[in-house]
Amino acid sequence: MRAAVVRNEAVMNEPAADAIVEVRGISKTYGGVEALRDVDLDFPRGKLTSLLGPSGCGKTTLLKIIAGLIDADRGSVVVNGKKVSAPGPERAFVFQDFALLPWATVLRNVAFGLELRGTAKEEREAIARRYVADVGLAGFEDKYPHELSGGMRQRVGLARALCVDADVLLLDEPFSAVDEQNRRKFQEDLIRLRTNQNKTFIFVTHSIEEAVYISDRIVLLSPRPGRVSRIIEPDIDRSGDPDRIHRDKHYLDTVEEIWQGLKQYVE
Amino acid sequence: MTLFGYRVPMMASLLVWCVLWEIVGRLDLMFILPPFSDVLVAAVDLVQLPSWQGATVTTLRAFLIGMVLAICVGIPLGMLMGRVKIADDLLGMWVNIFSSAPLSAIVPVLMILFGFGEKTIIAAVFLFAIWIIVLDTRAGVRHISPSLIEMARSYGAPRWALYGKIIVWAALPEILAGIRLGLIRGVKGVVIGQLLVAIVGYGALFETFSRNFRMSQFWALTIILFAFALVVSALIERAEAKVEFYAGVR
Repeated sequence: MRAAVVRNEAVMNEPAADAIVEVRGISKTYGGVEALRDVDLDFPRGKLTSLLGPSGCGKTTLLKIIAGLIDADRGSVVVNGKKVSAPGPERAFVFQDFALLPWATVLRNVAFGLELRGTAKEEREAIARRYVADVGLAGFEDKYPHELSGGMRQRVGLARALCVDADVLLLDEPFSAVDEQNRRKFQEDLIRLRTNQNKTFIFVTHSIEEAVYISDRIVLLSPRPGRVSRIIEPDIDRSGDPDRIHRDKHYLDTVEEIWQGLKQYVE
Repeated sequence: MTLFGYRVPMMASLLVWCVLWEIVGRLDLMFILPPFSDVLVAAVDLVQLPSWQGATVTTLRAFLIGMVLAICVGIPLGMLMGRVKIADDLLGMWVNIFSSAPLSAIVPVLMILFGFGEKTIIAAVFLFAIWIIVLDTRAGVRHISPSLIEMARSYGAPRWALYGKIIVWAALPEILAGIRLGLIRGVKGVVIGQLLVAIVGYGALFETFSRNFRMSQFWALTIILFAFALVVSALIERAEAKVEFYAGVR
């Protein structure tokens, strides 16, 4: 088995072969605190890239800048070759706290992105039903969010993002409000969904294990100011039994290696 | 509530007070408190009088127009204050002053502006009802989780959809509570307006009954008004119950 490919600063800025999202010189300061400084990053098409780092490293800020929800002070975000500064249909966001409409059923929540785009009711509900089933919630279409567990609510959030058929899915710590058992199951399902969906995922997490478990590429951010410190491409075969990954020597080595790198930032 | 193992119906406490009123009334201690049965008889007579029917139409009209105006102005104003900081800074102080001020003192001033007529009474209802609607709507809008707004933006919601599909619904429990409290204050407003300014409608009836010491009719009218306020707020409470399922889990 090959070792993890660790890129250093020298080759980091070299554009990837087919980058769907390009981040160029992004800086952001919040009330005197420098959240991000000169971040340059490429996100390859069809891959799952994680933004990993301790709290305060600006990973969520960077994700929201890519989403167009926060304006950067300097720099630009290019998606599919076009510069963007606002949310657009080629990107869909999955929220840490789910952000579901509590007064709407699962089906309406999943279809909500299409509803905002003016898709006819029957058409959007047909599409939504398919994705509700895809994320494993068939039979729960008419339930309300408060009747679901945390894990199920985030499945609704994920189905809503899949429903609008965006090229890039932006996930902001989607499992942090989900209990441990459900999180594991959800991570497995995400690996399966990825192979079927052929989309680009950008995933923010503070869990090293989670990042190594699901990512093709891990971007380590250092805190205050947030900068790219390393990019790691774990070479893990995810085709077989997902439980095997957790015992894979290479998986364990990569987790350990990242932890050694991040240790210095943890007080 | 249960008492000695029996379930006591909801309005039972009211019955206890009615009986107590009847006893005190029959003891003939105070002329202002006739027996409750006399008041009921007076109420039955009262509702058959053309003067009562006319007064009710006048009063209801002014109340409804005033309330509709208060709701139509109050909700957008509350939303504006909840969403735009500058509007909140500019208006917040005044809304708070008006919501706690003794508004009865302002009613005679309204008379100068609107004259001796229905307009003044409508203005009184509006002034009594609007502030709590503004404050509750503002609180409801403030309460909305920022990620819900971000979600709408990230899926490209136009401004009307952000308000029509997210903000109104998310703040609805507070808005309805504001309307319910506003209605009760509006009932106060209509009577005070009629008493202080133009002696018409229920104000005129109250004036006549109390000046001529017709206490049973006076109490009958009070009870009718009280029942009206209760029924109206119960109707809004039913609407509130419909949104209750998500009020606690927003």
